[in-house]
Amino acid sequence: MEKKARQFGYTITRDRQIDYDANKHDISKIVAAAEPSLNLCISCGTCSATCSAALFTDFSLRHVILLLRRGETSGLAKEVAKCMLCGKCQLVCPRNVSTRNLIIQISKAVIPAQL
Amino acid sequence: MPKHVIVIGAGPAGLETSANLAKLGIAVTLVEKEESTGGHVKQWHALFPALLPGTEALDAIRKGMPENVRVQNKTTVTGIEAVNNYFTVSGHNGWQEKADAIVFATGFQLFDARRKEEYGYGIYENVITSADLEEMFATGKSLVNRHGNKPERIGFVHCVGSRDEKVNNLHCSKVCCITAVKQAIEVKQMLPEAEVFCFYMDLRMFGRHYEELYKEAQEKYNIQFIRGRLSESAEDQDGNIVLKVEDTLLGKPLRIKAGLLVLMVGMEPLAGTKSLADKLGLTKVPDGFIQPADEVLQSNFTELPGVFVAGACSGPKSVSDTLADARSAALAVAGFLKL
Amino acid sequence: MKLEGKRLIWQEYQKEIADDHYFYARSCIRQTFFPGAEAVFVKILKEELGKDIHDEKHHTSCTGIGYHSDVVPFDTTMTVVARQFALMTEAGYENYAASCVTSFGLYTEILDTWHHFPETEAKIREFLFKATGREFNKPKNLAHASDIVYKFRHQIAGKAKYKLVDKDTGEPLKVVEHIGCHYSKMFPHKGIGGAEYPYVLSGMIEAWGGEVIDYPERRHCCGFGFRQYLVQANRGFSLSCSKKKFDSMEPYEPDMIITNCPGCPMFLDRWQYALSEMEGKTYGKGKNGIPVFTYEEVAGLIMGYDPWEIGLQVHQVPAEPLLEKIGIPYDPDRKFKGKNGEDLGMPESPSYLKFYADK
Ligand SMILES: Cc1cc2nc3c(=O)[nH]c(=O)nc-3n(C[C@H](O)[C@H](O)[C@H](O)COP(=O)(O)OP(=O)(O)OC[C@H]3O[C@@H](n4cnc5c(N)ncnc54)[C@H](O)[C@@H]3O)c2cc1C
Ligand code: SF4
Ligand code: SF4
Ligand code: SF4
Repeated sequence: MEKKARQFGYTITRDRQIDYDANKHDISKIVAAAEPSLNLCISCGTCSATCSAALFTDFSLRHVILLLRRGETSGLAKEVAKCMLCGKCQLVCPRNVSTRNLIIQISKAVIPAQL
Repeated sequence: MPKHVIVIGAGPAGLETSANLAKLGIAVTLVEKEESTGGHVKQWHALFPALLPGTEALDAIRKGMPENVRVQNKTTVTGIEAVNNYFTVSGHNGWQEKADAIVFATGFQLFDARRKEEYGYGIYENVITSADLEEMFATGKSLVNRHGNKPERIGFVHCVGSRDEKVNNLHCSKVCCITAVKQAIEVKQMLPEAEVFCFYMDLRMFGRHYEELYKEAQEKYNIQFIRGRLSESAEDQDGNIVLKVEDTLLGKPLRIKAGLLVLMVGMEPLAGTKSLADKLGLTKVPDGFIQPADEVLQSNFTELPGVFVAGACSGPKSVSDTLADARSAALAVAGFLKL
Repeated sequence: MKLEGKRLIWQEYQKEIADDHYFYARSCIRQTFFPGAEAVFVKILKEELGKDIHDEKHHTSCTGIGYHSDVVPFDTTMTVVARQFALMTEAGYENYAASCVTSFGLYTEILDTWHHFPETEAKIREFLFKATGREFNKPKNLAHASDIVYKFRHQIAGKAKYKLVDKDTGEPLKVVEHIGCHYSKMFPHKGIGGAEYPYVLSGMIEAWGGEVIDYPERRHCCGFGFRQYLVQANRGFSLSCSKKKFDSMEPYEPDMIITNCPGCPMFLDRWQYALSEMEGKTYGKGKNGIPVFTYEEVAGLIMGYDPWEIGLQVHQVPAEPLLEKIGIPYDPDRKFKGKNGEDLGMPESPSYLKFYADK
């Protein structure tokens, strides 16, 4: 097949669309059960604005939460590994999301799945 | 001679204005095009934020209605004329009366969801409106799709016919965000296994306890809020509605199926209100809603002495806003009549 | 699905289509993609319906492809289109019939531009006059050729030998209709049925006995997209668009796809080959693919015209299984024979898609 693609000079482009029905949602369920405040996030971005890791990498807890809730979990292990667990985000979250524990729970849920 | 006021429209605004005028000793004729009073609230099973039944709210508003309010029902006001220092008001059926002042309480009309062609209302069976859903709640109809199955996923689409220049409605209808939250919770109470999503552009939780209800929707009912506006819906072979939205906070297009899709239809100005306003010579009716003389200081006055507005005919309002506005309209009228 | 809902919308989007005396402007690419389609249109109009149609010899490309690929500036395009209008005027016609959807969209866009900016029209008139000495009237009626076939769909059905029906079961064929984007997405009121639920092809399918399929990716573009296709490295984009459509329509088991644009049938047909070679995936039953037709070809088929005379041998996805299903006879030995019986040579056989050359 790959040879064919080379022969054509182009390949099939992977769809960027989030396919909610095709995605698996078990990881988000596990995390929500372990840290129910996950559901309270309103995507305000206060956490990512204050996050030390976010200033030097493209890490964003707000983004991680959205990816998790849409079932886009394939890259999450790598994402949460950027967090230093400093806890600054927890100080600022207006919805009282337990952000630090959330990250721990995401790591727990995704790392076995992705290693 | 006792003063006589004609109130046009017997929704919450007209009822409350009339009751308060009557209590001040003014003879009121309350003209209503339908058989019964109550306006749109007749159709609402339960009102946000505390789920007060619509019928109970109306009963409370109607209770103790003074005797000097005469209801002229089944009469659509089609003509108004200002003659010297009084007004002649006439209906489609030949009814005609004179009054010293008139109050517009004509309310609004629901946006016709079929105009958003790409959403498939009237075409795909499992696309319904928020008003349809209220009716389903009220009649106790079970929430099933066209195959008689309980939907596993229900989507709510905010801003249908509001904030949309494609349908010539720039305004925000104000109540539909909180109505979506309320209905999402009610659906979840009926179908605890279902997943519920709200697709919004902005969440406008402007009123007291609305934010709390929103948080409760997230916390207790796990209702998911996705920031993105529906671009089109289609139907799959099982009658599910396939939605295309962008998850704007992730910056990615999203495809998701729903067994039932609820369109949060907005409030539109009534065409009839605009034509009555034109007949009177009111010039400030920019989008079909009557604009008060001053939106901050004189919310019940129009530019014409003796012509007043109350309720949603001057712009989208909740019932509590409407009632407060109606009471203030009664005082404004009384002031004008020098009582 | 509630058809009445669609019917309400269709009522809203009806447009005037001239009854006779058409100035026909062919497409610059269709004769190589689907060589018989335009000839069938002219034949049906002239011979079956007795209409007067002027098949202009001197018109050029409308430059639509160049315009949409950012290589031809709009002023040039408008001047070229003004020349087509001049040819129409000189021939004594006022009803313009465009074979190509992109041309139709472009003419509509230009007429709309001139309507809102008369000074632009004046400038283009000046350009055309300076360049060619020509002057023109704007068309009284502008239609896409599919509008005209739509208008006469019942007359065509009345004269047809075949229906879009399975000859064995009597069941209507399941038909996917695909509308070229430029037909009505830019100007919904200029297309029969509008942009969300176009009726132009659905109306033909209904009238000719078939059943229309409404599948989730119905509105999606075929992926032609001009520069997306013209640059080889971008072609994966075009291919993936078509794939999205095939994946979405596949569960409905469509018997055929009907289109009204030059690009769409080309891509929906040829990409089935490319996809099968890349992934081994074929759509449709038994590695047959889903055959793709222009509406003129379908009109020709139901009228009983010979499949090879209307050019079906240049389709990548073989038409034979469908012909058999409807009961249209064909001579397999003549598939790759020229008009005097000479051998046209045979294309290379695909690795996965069925090939009916030597049946
Ligand atoms: C889907 C939806 C759900 C809602 N749910 C809630 C809720 O839960 N809680 C809440 O607080 N608010 C809710 N609202 C808002 C609520 O409906 C309005 O606040 C309220 O109806 C406004 O009252 P009104 O009297 O101004 O207008 P209306 O209720 O529209 O009443 C106007 C009356 O005037 C009559 N009329 C109009 N023109 C004429 C004429 N020319 N001649 C004679 N009669 C005429 C009409 O027949 C009608 O009876 C909701 C709105 C929508 C769209
Ligand atoms: S705990 Fe992690 S996510 Fe939160 S601020 Fe610190 S580094 Fe950032
Ligand atoms: S600060 Fe809290 S609510 Fe805001 S994005 Fe971060 S986790 Fe979500
Ligand atoms: S209240 Fe909410 S749903 Fe209604 S128009 Fe305003 S923003 Fe949209």
